[in-house]
Amino acid sequence: MAESVGVGTHGAEDAHGHEHHEASFFQKYLWSTDHKMIAMQYMFTGMFMALIGGFFAYTFRMQLAFPGMEVPFWGMVTPAEYNALITNHGAIMIFWVAMPVLIAAFGNFLIPLMIGCDDMVFPKINRLSYQIFLISVIVLLASFVVENGGFGGAWTMYPPLSAKHEYSLTTLGSSLFVIAVALEFVAFLLGGINFVTTAMNSRAPGMRLYDIPIVVWMIVIASILFMASVGPLIAGAIMLFMDQNLGTHFFDPNAGGDPILWQHLFWFFGHPEVYVVLLPAVGITAEIITVFARKKLFAYRTVLYTTFATGVLSFTVWAHHQFIAGIDPRMAHIFTITTLLISIPIAEMMFVFIATLYGGDIRLNTPMLWALAFIAEFLIGGVTGIFLGASGADIYFHDTYFVLAHFHYTFFPIAIIGVYAGVTFWYPKMFGKMMNDTLGKIHFWGTIIPFNCIFIPLFVLGAAGQHRRIYDFTHFPELAQYQDVRVFATVSLVIMLLFQFVFIYNFFASLKKGKDAGPNPWKSNTLEWTTESPPGHGNWKELPTVYRGPYEYQTPGRDEDYWPQNVPS
Amino acid sequence: MIERYLIQASSYAGDIDGIIILIGWLVGIWFLISEGVFFWLIWKFRHRDGHKGEYITGEEKHQKRWITIPHALVLVCDVFIIVGAVRVWYDVKQYLPEPDAEVRIIGQQWAWSFVTPGPDGELGTADDIKTVDELVTEVGKTYVYHLEARDVLHDFSVPVFRLKQDAIPGRVITGWWKATEMGEFDIQCAEICGIGHGLMFGRIHVKSPEDYAAWVRENSPVASLAAVTAR
Amino acid sequence: MRPIANTRSAAGIPTGRLAVWWVVASEIVIFGGLLASYIMQRLAHPEWADQAAVTDWRIGGFNTLVLLSSSLSAVLAHQAAERGNGKRAANLLYVTCGGALTFIMVKAYEWTMEISHGFTLQSNTFWSFYYTAAGIHALHVIAGAIIMLIVAADAKKNLELHRVELIGIYWHFVDIVWIFLFPLLYIAK
Repeated sequence: MAESVGVGTHGAEDAHGHEHHEASFFQKYLWSTDHKMIAMQYMFTGMFMALIGGFFAYTFRMQLAFPGMEVPFWGMVTPAEYNALITNHGAIMIFWVAMPVLIAAFGNFLIPLMIGCDDMVFPKINRLSYQIFLISVIVLLASFVVENGGFGGAWTMYPPLSAKHEYSLTTLGSSLFVIAVALEFVAFLLGGINFVTTAMNSRAPGMRLYDIPIVVWMIVIASILFMASVGPLIAGAIMLFMDQNLGTHFFDPNAGGDPILWQHLFWFFGHPEVYVVLLPAVGITAEIITVFARKKLFAYRTVLYTTFATGVLSFTVWAHHQFIAGIDPRMAHIFTITTLLISIPIAEMMFVFIATLYGGDIRLNTPMLWALAFIAEFLIGGVTGIFLGASGADIYFHDTYFVLAHFHYTFFPIAIIGVYAGVTFWYPKMFGKMMNDTLGKIHFWGTIIPFNCIFIPLFVLGAAGQHRRIYDFTHFPELAQYQDVRVFATVSLVIMLLFQFVFIYNFFASLKKGKDAGPNPWKSNTLEWTTESPPGHGNWKELPTVYRGPYEYQTPGRDEDYWPQNVPS
Repeated sequence: MIERYLIQASSYAGDIDGIIILIGWLVGIWFLISEGVFFWLIWKFRHRDGHKGEYITGEEKHQKRWITIPHALVLVCDVFIIVGAVRVWYDVKQYLPEPDAEVRIIGQQWAWSFVTPGPDGELGTADDIKTVDELVTEVGKTYVYHLEARDVLHDFSVPVFRLKQDAIPGRVITGWWKATEMGEFDIQCAEICGIGHGLMFGRIHVKSPEDYAAWVRENSPVASLAAVTAR
Repeated sequence: MRPIANTRSAAGIPTGRLAVWWVVASEIVIFGGLLASYIMQRLAHPEWADQAAVTDWRIGGFNTLVLLSSSLSAVLAHQAAERGNGKRAANLLYVTCGGALTFIMVKAYEWTMEISHGFTLQSNTFWSFYYTAAGIHALHVIAGAIIMLIVAADAKKNLELHRVELIGIYWHFVDIVWIFLFPLLYIAK
């Protein structure tokens, strides 16, 4: 009988009515079924993978800025290595950083706490999901060190390049890559079981649907979106693996197969996937903005319905990634229409956040800076997407650096800004200490300013016709003249990466030297702030009851400007 | 917008640049308004001692209007963009004009090869000219291309034409262009095709009718054979 | 030792059932993607009709009857479990497993025949789809049967009777996938 223990201290008797013995290191840290510990496992693994993904970005950008020169800490970058670096950078950031931290870490940590129960509904399946995830990490890392190195056919894995070893020249690497991605999918399907069932069933008494904090809704909807969209790609991954290793020809046009079939299977998932990672980041932003603007979320129900609409519409836009892929040209009109229409609910979400600021009492501490930066930067990503969703314009922009800059203006806010927002906001709850706010602000500006210095120039390069996934532009006569721009972007990246050490220092130093946080340092309404920091085993000695929604700030007739959900009227 | 960096060298480059500019204006205005209101609100409602926030649910009709009206305006802008994009797309990708000349473009790991008609002006005859990396064409002629790939996916793109099309093994994909400027321009492969993807650059030469005719005479295999045997 | 979270039911649906429906939903999308791919490719390749002609609808039909009957025994097992009769539920689950075993043995015979005649995984993309789709389905039959044995072992002792319904839901899903596979691979040639 393995006892699960919380991240923090545990006393004698608790809600379960039995005493605890000291668990071994193995049981506490590696074999735990406690949702908070599993959250930490996902979070630290995700952050570790972010270091690797970031290092890859540094390496390939150094090659682009100073082609043919040895990159410090790497050496010479061969064309094959360049392709493997960009491929794995993309895959790592999406599958092994954004998803584990935004969905699995925050989902695991927050959902039971925010709905007022003691753990997830299926703790052992929860543990299993992390273990499968960890195996996927190991398989991916293994792919880098096998003979001929890691897969280099882009995170999109288009066949025939990805299907035949004589084209990709990475015999084992390609297969390991596919397996790693497939395992990651299975891990998140398993994780979803817990997020959805726990949120649906285990809510505190009195918590109606519209009393659920938005971030919980967002993670649940994201899990459903993921589950509903990943199936065809799992089928596709099986088919790709078989083409790679069992001599089948699903995607081989010379033998009755179709490479475009893969593209459809990939993007049918690929497009909803961007909303899968977007929604949790939007949810985190909502929680932070309401707390630090001291204001009720504007039009909660509108936010929900917009999110449902986005989720549904996201299944109708996928082929905008394939406009010039050789699909029937008439199909392009349909996908232009659906893609432009999906801009409407997203715009609505942004308007709702901006409206929430109106009439507020805004405090600009570190988490709030990150949450506001999410909106400001994501707006750039959103509007530049219009150029790509409009088929006629996409003819020019497809596969250029314009696309790259667009999706970094969406993914960076999601995977980096959203994560920093969430970590700086919930750090006190997770670890019982406050992070240093001054260091936090230094880290913030040292990240945001260089970030824009990296990617605004890339819009310009894309407009100038520079295409993606090319390791050296100095031999293209029309593009060689922009080498200074490339150097500028790379130097900005190096500066940005250096500032991340401020965060790392702040994170670990605050664990020891930070001020004690207490249960509710931010004066927030949601349930996680009503228990100790960090929460003990079982989360509360007595599970809470809920009396109102999560955003009752400035409620008329009260002295305090906030009204926690569990305080009886 | 694009013209700042690359000339418009084909008959539809201006149309494509046009839809890009239309989108640029529409999203640009929305972007500036949204960011402007956003930063203004942060400044206006920053915390000041003694100042309390307001209780606004956003569920009342007069409050919701601030969302639903911009919402509707975005939709109107979207309609304009859709109409513009559909038109341009149709002209470039669906419509196929009567060709003055045809070319075969073949992508493979890792080079472009081309087959252009010889002196007889017809593609698919013995006097066709085969080149590698360099595509030689004539200004003002309407070309229909037949794009193939030998092994994996490639993509034939000529940025100054605003031309781009994936090449798929097992298929021949057609498209067209009409060059309006003479000169030498970049060809880039725009679909990752292996470790040599970055080496698959080519050059397209757009010559005047006289220069082009001279080039054809000098390079056609049958013509050169005839020249040799005539001696 | 279950968390209190496990004992609540704010949505009114037992959590175990929610979880099984989640699993079934994910699998529907996976099989859906695979079968949609097959249908698109089959329509694009009319020449596959020669290969498709080889599959024997009588064997496929027999297997369909076997699976349908096993779904019936699974329903009866659920009924018995609802009435608290664990022993009867377990026996009916064993009958269902018997159906699974029959299905697999018939398939093994069928595939042996087809492979020995040269219709292998690689011989034609039709066969790649045939073996992949039916093979993944067969893996689900085997996995389902194994889980069913575990549930039956508990049910015999009148333990965890609610799981009889849950494995039954999964089993009906496996059956329905076959209801799609059978006409696609054996009838609509």
